[in-house]
Amino acid sequence: MRTILAALVLGIVFGLGIAISGMIDPAKVINFFDVAGTWDPSLAFVMGGGLAVSLIGYRIVLARGKPLLAVAFSLPEAKAIDLSLLGGSALFGIGWGLSGFCPGGSIPALGIGRIEPFLFVGGMLLGMIIARTLRERSSDRRLGQAFARPNT
Amino acid sequence: MITPFTPLFSLIGGALIGLSAVGLMAMLGRVAGMTGIARGVIPPWTDGEQGWRLAFLVGAIIAPVILLVGGWGPVGFSVPAPLWSLPLSGVLAGIGTTYGNGCPSGHGICGLARLSPRSLAAVVTFMATAAITVFLSRHVFGG
Repeated sequence: MRTILAALVLGIVFGLGIAISGMIDPAKVINFFDVAGTWDPSLAFVMGGGLAVSLIGYRIVLARGKPLLAVAFSLPEAKAIDLSLLGGSALFGIGWGLSGFCPGGSIPALGIGRIEPFLFVGGMLLGMIIARTLRERSSDRRLGQAFARPNT
Repeated sequence: MITPFTPLFSLIGGALIGLSAVGLMAMLGRVAGMTGIARGVIPPWTDGEQGWRLAFLVGAIIAPVILLVGGWGPVGFSVPAPLWSLPLSGVLAGIGTTYGNGCPSGHGICGLARLSPRSLAAVVTFMATAAITVFLSRHVFGG
């Protein structure tokens, strides 16, 4: 219960940050990239403000050994800069540039009550299901090949 | 379409996003990446971690409602892309963030704070392709 409540409050803080920073507005996001047109550098200030807090905050928090409401920190373990990371990120950037919506911006935008965020989020969930299915298939195949191949 | 440059509000909003990320790590030991959190609530539910993820998503969605209902200022919102392109943009973002393991919140705010080279590579890559996409759609193909 305390976990759920903490997550709810932190979700509200996240959503307030997205809304107040202007990143809930796809037009503002697109304008950050439109240096040759109607440039709006606000996104850099969002990243700056966010990183200033997270850089210092993470240092303090991670030095404490364990989180308050869980047994251990769950940190991403992957280290490789591979095709999946770069290709996936490149693909995401194209989607981001087309509409100005990203996952973190579009979820709070659902609360505005307009149709556009729902169209984006619907597509995003579909894309996540497609990618997860493809990934599981290819890892099944790789496992299959590993077992089929004799150990030489 | 011109949007006003809002350095102060963007800095404050960004700090709140950072605060949420630090809080989630301090309390639950989790990375506040919207991609991973959203993907984690799609069935089949296997890891028993759906409760806090759903709560975080609900919180994020009601935040602008709180701002609007409380009358604490206008929430600017306009989509400079045709409606038909939004599901397509979403599918690309969904596939891309799944293979790329993150988005601006996960790689940008959380990953960079951990000085992860992987996250830096991801951020540089999606910023670059987003910029190229905007340039092509606005100045080459669009009007």
